[in-house]
Amino acid sequence: MELFKAFVLGGFLCAIGQLLIDLTPFNITPGHILVGYVTSGVVLSSLGLYQPLVDWGGAGATVPLSGFGHSLAQGAMEGVKTQGLLGALGGGLEATSIGIAAAIVFGLVVATFAQPKG
Amino acid sequence: MIKLQEEEIRQKIREREGLISRNVLLKEQEMTRQQEELQKEHQKVLYWEAQALGEERKKLADLRQEIERQQQRLTKPQQIAYQSIALKFVPPQTVVKNTIMAFLVGGLICLSGQIIKNLFSQGGLADKEASAATSALLIFLGAFFTGIGYYDKLGKVAGAGSIVPITGFANSIVSSGLESKKEGYIYGVGAHLFTIAGPVLAYGTMISILVGLIYYFAK
Amino acid sequence: MAQKKIGKQTFQFSSVPVVTSWASVVGPKEGQGPLGDKYDLVLTDSLAGEKTWEKAEQKMMQYSMELALEKQELLPKDLDLYLAGDLLNQIISANFTARFLNTPFLGLYGACSTLAQGLCVAGILLEGGFAEKIGVSASSHHDTAERQFRTPTELGDQRPMTAQWTVTGSASFLVERIGTGIMLTHATIGKINDLGVSNTQDLGSAMAPAALDTIKTHLEDLGRSEDDYDLIVTGDLGFLGSNILKELLQQNDISPKKINDCGIMVYSPSQDTHAGGSGCGCSAVVLAAHLIERLRKGLDQRILFVGTGALLSQISAFQGESIPCIAHAVVLEARGEVK
Repeated sequence: MELFKAFVLGGFLCAIGQLLIDLTPFNITPGHILVGYVTSGVVLSSLGLYQPLVDWGGAGATVPLSGFGHSLAQGAMEGVKTQGLLGALGGGLEATSIGIAAAIVFGLVVATFAQPKG
Repeated sequence: MIKLQEEEIRQKIREREGLISRNVLLKEQEMTRQQEELQKEHQKVLYWEAQALGEERKKLADLRQEIERQQQRLTKPQQIAYQSIALKFVPPQTVVKNTIMAFLVGGLICLSGQIIKNLFSQGGLADKEASAATSALLIFLGAFFTGIGYYDKLGKVAGAGSIVPITGFANSIVSSGLESKKEGYIYGVGAHLFTIAGPVLAYGTMISILVGLIYYFAK
Repeated sequence: MAQKKIGKQTFQFSSVPVVTSWASVVGPKEGQGPLGDKYDLVLTDSLAGEKTWEKAEQKMMQYSMELALEKQELLPKDLDLYLAGDLLNQIISANFTARFLNTPFLGLYGACSTLAQGLCVAGILLEGGFAEKIGVSASSHHDTAERQFRTPTELGDQRPMTAQWTVTGSASFLVERIGTGIMLTHATIGKINDLGVSNTQDLGSAMAPAALDTIKTHLEDLGRSEDDYDLIVTGDLGFLGSNILKELLQQNDISPKKINDCGIMVYSPSQDTHAGGSGCGCSAVVLAAHLIERLRKGLDQRILFVGTGALLSQISAFQGESIPCIAHAVVLEARGEVK
């Protein structure tokens, strides 16, 4: 059941992205989608609207990039609780540091060893 | 002499304004005539402007901008008429199929994420750590499949289904870096790695800091 | 009064320069297309044995010029002038090819209309008696163009149905003042047309009005009708742009029955290119491999070749500017009796 929920919620979030690409008159690129999902993830999370999605769908809510935004927002608020103003500045990146570091490391390694196929 | 001509041009602009505001589709001949008139007026006014000083110059610059605005607006009805013709021939996007594929592929990636996370949890990681490890592994997979040249093929079918998950974030990083490999490791790979992902981190971080600040002061 | 200009925009070449030789080099995808067996050289991969795609594109252009010269048993030094262009920033493929050929060189930029632009300029210079032999090339490469104008090739994005596929290919032509071959009789130089289309993934819609303008002006200038041509062929409007052009022609009382488009001919529908082919190489390779061969064999007597170009840059596109488009036309005639 848990797996099914992750599938449904994740699929649903992706389908919204597809509809945004296909049905809006603007030329929406992957860059727009990624930025849009992260920022809406942050906003929804700060309003307390994203946590229920995570509770219901698990990875279905954390794997889409809005989940990354959720971690950023939760980290920032968590940081304020423990460190005050300084935490607001560093909390978000702290909470997502593993993901960012992984992106840099794997990005660089793969880009070094692979060749673009065209 | 110039004053007289200037007044004449202002008069023509006023007359043309009426024509433009009606938004009518001009006949080809009339359009050419109007465009040539505008070119002539623009050239004249610019010439005066270049010679004028102080207040006079500013006044002429305003007039020139007024002409430029009319130049742009004159062809608007023609543009709208053409674009509505062109639109009739645009092949329909396969929205339903695209959305279903995005749903399926996106769902499957998230499902794999859930399986991976469950395995990490069973391995003894706490919830947060398991989540972070899952993200890291998915990023690796996204990067890996981009490297061997499969992710763009998946993306062609899945659209947002492979962009929205965090694997898509990894794809944007590796694809940008790979593409610029031949320009060296610093100005090529290094500089381009975050061409697409950079804005994501910049805006995500910025907004999360704003959220933190609001939270701090609201608390 | 200009003696050799007829009407508003058309030049007449009464000395009739001749296209004496031509050659085309394409990538593997084009080789699998409907004209696959007609190209002079089909590369086995899009890198052509080079380290970078940019280098591969340059090599294709060079090979096509060398092949065209060899067919006439000529060498680069026999050229009085080399005219070439491509899509890359600062037209590097053309510059580096000219470095190899070591001949006097004028670089051209007309986006996908570059080949037609080159033939126009070659005709003018030969008519004017400034040269005996001129080489003309144009090239494009799917991966170099994709990199420069759109997104990284490995990015998992979807191309909309209106998007066209940049042709990997180059063709070169040898135009001579005297010789046997295909006659270059007229050139119509186009004006910029911009009807406000700003979607860079829909260049067909952007370019169709430019093609209409040039075709219409050409026919008016010469007092001809579409029936005077066996074929009126546009460069790379693709399926979408070509359909729009047919509609626009009908609105202007010109029958669209002679219209075809190189972007439609270069790929088969099963190759999943969406709206068809595009790029400088598109019209160039189709002309060299197919259209001009038909003239040589006498299957067609007279064609109007209309190169179409979308003159945008990545910067202008990001700044939201609409796309200025142009079309240049040349009349090519088979030797012998003309209908």
